[in-house]
This record gives sequence, C-alpha cells and structure tokens, in this order.
Amino acid sequence: MNEATIQVQKLTKRFGDFTAVNNISFEVSTGEVFGFLGANGAGKTTAIRMLCGLSKPTSGWGRVAGFDITREPEMIKKNIGYMSQKFSLYDDLKVWENIRLFAGIYGVPHHTIATKTDEMLQRLGFASEKNSLVKSLPMGWKQKLAFSVAIFHKPKIVFLDEPTGGVDPLTRRQFWELIYEAATQGITVFVTTHYMDEAEYCNRVSIMVDGRIDAIGTPKQLKQQFESESIDEVFRKLARRATRKEV
Amino acid sequence: MLVFLIEKEFKQIIRHSFIPKLLIVFPVMVMLVFPWAATMEIKNISINITDLDHSTLSKKLVQKISASNYFRLTGLSSSHADAIEEIEFGNADILLEIKSGFEKQLIREGATNVSISSNAVNGAKGGLGAAYLSGILQEYTMEQLAILGIKPVPVIKTTESYLFNPMLNYKIFIIPAIITMLLTMLCGFLPALNIVGEKEAGTMEQINVTPVPKFSFILAKLIPYWIIGVIALSLCFALANLFYGLTPSGSISTIYIFAAIFLLVVSGLGLIISNYSSTLQQAMFVMFFFMMIMILISGLFTPVSSMPKWAQLITMINPLKYFIQVMRAVYLKGSGMGELTVQMVALIFFAVGANIWAVISYRKTTH
Repeated sequence: MNEATIQVQKLTKRFGDFTAVNNISFEVSTGEVFGFLGANGAGKTTAIRMLCGLSKPTSGWGRVAGFDITREPEMIKKNIGYMSQKFSLYDDLKVWENIRLFAGIYGVPHHTIATKTDEMLQRLGFASEKNSLVKSLPMGWKQKLAFSVAIFHKPKIVFLDEPTGGVDPLTRRQFWELIYEAATQGITVFVTTHYMDEAEYCNRVSIMVDGRIDAIGTPKQLKQQFESESIDEVFRKLARRATRKEV
Repeated sequence: MLVFLIEKEFKQIIRHSFIPKLLIVFPVMVMLVFPWAATMEIKNISINITDLDHSTLSKKLVQKISASNYFRLTGLSSSHADAIEEIEFGNADILLEIKSGFEKQLIREGATNVSISSNAVNGAKGGLGAAYLSGILQEYTMEQLAILGIKPVPVIKTTESYLFNPMLNYKIFIIPAIITMLLTMLCGFLPALNIVGEKEAGTMEQINVTPVPKFSFILAKLIPYWIIGVIALSLCFALANLFYGLTPSGSISTIYIFAAIFLLVVSGLGLIISNYSSTLQQAMFVMFFFMMIMILISGLFTPVSSMPKWAQLITMINPLKYFIQVMRAVYLKGSGMGELTVQMVALIFFAVGANIWAVISYRKTTH
C-alpha cells in the first residue's frame, strides 16, 4: 500500500452542545478513490470542511497532503481541489473565464492556461460551450465542469462533496469515468455520496453514522464483515443504529 | 494572481444587470435633482394680514409685503382670532397684525407698532420669516418717513459682504456635499453587498478553499470600486459645471488626490460590513445604519460647530467630515494641499485602518 496522504486521529467538531463529528480516525493512501459514506446529517460535510482547511477542528489532529489541518490550512489549500455539494462556479462568468480564474488563483503558469483549457474542453466534448455563460448550462454539465476546474491545477488530492447530487444516472456514470481518469493521473479522490451503488466504484469506503465512523474497508471486506449482498445493505444495517435525525 | 481576480471582478460588474446603469443614472439624478430640493433658502412663506387700521398707509404696507418674493399673501383676516385660526388650519405661516391707529401714530410720532406671530413648527421657517418681515417693515417705515419729511430716528447701518460665496448661493454650498454623499453611497453600498453576495451564491466557499491570499482578495474587491468612484466623481464635476456653472476655485487635482484616499475608506468600510454579514439583507441594514450616522454627523447639511460637544466629538472619527471639509475648502475657498494636511492625515489613517480591518475580518477558515 502507498503512503497515507490523509491521516486523521480522533478528529472532533462540536457546535455548542452538538457534536457533528465525533472522534473519527482513518487514513487514505495516495492514489486511492476513497468513498466517505453516510446519511444526510451524519457529519460528512463537516468532516470534509475540516480536511480542506475551511473549518477548525474542536479537537483531534489531522494531516492532509503532508500539512497539519489546524496550523497549515493555507498550505493544504495549495495542494487540493474541492468541489462542494452546492454548485459554486461563477454563474455570470463564461466557461473559459471560470477555468482561467481558478487556474490563475492556483498559480497554473499563465501561458499554459489557454491551451490547457482548450484541451480539457475538447476532452470533455465541451468545446462548443467555451463561450457560454455558466448559468446557461444544464446541471450535469455544470457538475462536470466544476470537477474539471477542481482538478485543473493537478492537485494531490481532490475532495468531492456529493458531486453527483441531483443529476441523472447517465451523467453520474460519466462523472465516475472522470473520477477514474483523475485517479489514473495519480490524484487521490476523496468523495462523499449517499448513493450506495457508487460506493462499489471506490477502492475503500468508510460509513459514518451520527458523527462516528462505524465501518471502514474495501467494499468486499465490508460486505463480508456485515454478511451483506451489497454496500446498500451494509449501510442500512448500520443506519438502523442511528439516533440522530436527518437534517 | 491579483490580475485574474481583478479581471473577474470587472467582468462581473460589467455584466451585472444593474451596476453599470446605476453608475450613470445615479450621479445624473442626484446632481440634477438634489441641489434644487436640498435648499435651506426660505421662500414662499404664507402670510395672513389683519389690517385693523384700513388706512392708506396700511394698504401700502400690505401691497409692499405681497410684492416681495419671500411672502405669499394667503388671506386677510378681520380679527386676531380669525388669523390664529388660519395658522391652525395650516393656511398661514406668519401673521401680521396692523393695529388701528397705525397711520395716525406713524405720522404724529414717527414710529408705530405692529405685531408679528409666526408658526414655529418649522423653526427655521418661522424665525427667518419673522426676520424677513421685520426687514420689510423697517424699510417701509424709512420710505414713508422720507415721504412725510420726518427725520427718522438714527440707526446703525450695516454693510454686509460675504466671502467665498458672495451671492450666498446655496447650491455652491450644497453641491460639494451632494458629490460627497453620492461617492459615499456608491462606493460604500456596492462593496458591502459584494462579498456577502458571494457568500449567498456559494462561490465564497470555493474561493476560501483556494490558496488565495487574503490581502490579494480584498485588494481585488477594492480596486474596481475605487475606479467606479473616480468615474462617478468625474461625471459629477462635469454635471456641476454644465448645469450650475460650478467649477472648483482650487485645483481639481487636489480633489482627486483626496477622493482617491476617501474612496478607499468608504469601500473598505463596505467590505468590513460585508465580511461580518451572512446575508445581503443584514449587510444592507447595517450599512444603512452607518451611512445615516456618517451623513448626518458630518457637517454635510448642518454645520458641525452648531452641534453639541458630544456630537462634535463623534464627527472627529467620521471620515466623511474630513472629506466634506476638503470639498468645500477646494470648491469655495480654493485651498491647496498645504492648508489641508490635517484632513490628509486623518483620511490616510482611516484608509489604512479600514482596509487592514477588512483584510483581518475576511476569514477563510471558520471556527
């Protein structure tokens, strides 16, 4: 196994009395596609935000891409890509302008941006939409574009928070093809989802219940461990223990 | 990196459905309408006269008053009680009662009495109305005594000359204030709505997860509004010249230098508010609150020296006060940089302070 690029020890986040993330520990190796599963409100987004340096942990310790999540969040940000569950490219900018902006912020060399943009759009079959305003694109395309922007600067790790929420099955498949393509380029993929069929595509998965990680392993291991046919079944067995209401 | 961020801000502003129009329409509207509306000159005071004398001289006096462009004769009453009723109904602002025996007394004694009562709901109007009326009466008495060949009681004659605004043109006083107000509103509100707008759109989080330095991000937000402010100021200069023939008596570059710093102050304040707000509504209300205080306690419309001591202390920390002083000094007195060092130091202090605060209050990581 490769060395760990994400290491988390006893990570906890509390908001007042509410413990959103409760003492979680895990590791993700370089080049893995790691599925971070859990019901809505289980604490996935809170955990991912701490790993990306957007939110400070209440206690515990974590390293992402070799940097401490509490003390060096800005160094982490240089080495990761992030796509949130809410579409968050600029609606009022054109496709190429969004790519150019984020490439510029991540310090992609200026003279390579234009050619790389064309290459990327070509590969996505998206060249005709280069000059469209992002708000005019259909949802599925927006998601693919957001993902492509998140990995444009060749980050070490890309964090995807519910990337396939609200898109049709065909687009979801295409999206996973993009994820695999990124993984073959050596980018570690950390993806949250609540579509359990997608979990089967991951190298390893963890399942979060009420802020804890209740299971972690390859999909095959988990199915054996919980004597289930599918990850969906594993998930349902675990989710029955949940006491926290969906939010 | 800064280039990319600034480029993005400009594209967003130019494509915005509202801001480019606002940039033209707002200065034009404000410059064409406000100077007429925001006037402190008291005209068209409604006067009601009770003439109990019914003599030639009293009729002449009535004529003289109604001929003045300060007064509008709205009625003649037959008794004091009737006249008071007119004030109560809002038909008159001021009453003049000419007692019976007015003519006789004037001819015989060279002096006479009338009584003036004014409605002081609007204090300035009531007070000034009474003063104007006394002036007219004084003038009238002199005229009549001259005709009658009676030597008037000696009085001290005053000659008045007004420095810097010889015609006492209120517009010259108010236009620099209006320009200041416009710049404050334009370059204060727009940035206040900007960052919080990105928070609502979700793009803020996408930016926060990038390695963008806080300083570059804030600077990229500041520069477009700074340029917008300079454009709006130029437009105001042109309009003031075109419609009111008003040009600064001092150097226009002095104003630009001060405006350049002042714009950084207001935009910085806008960004601070935007950083602390989580919704557009919140940013809007908070900005409005500060805007009201800054404008009312700045000497924009009312002189700072007439304010109570505590209010004068507040004006010390109001950047608007310093800029309005500069605007009036340059526009009316023709002051140069040399006379305005206090204002320069104050504005630089506010600009640096506000923008450091704006950078610090922008948090890429939440607790």
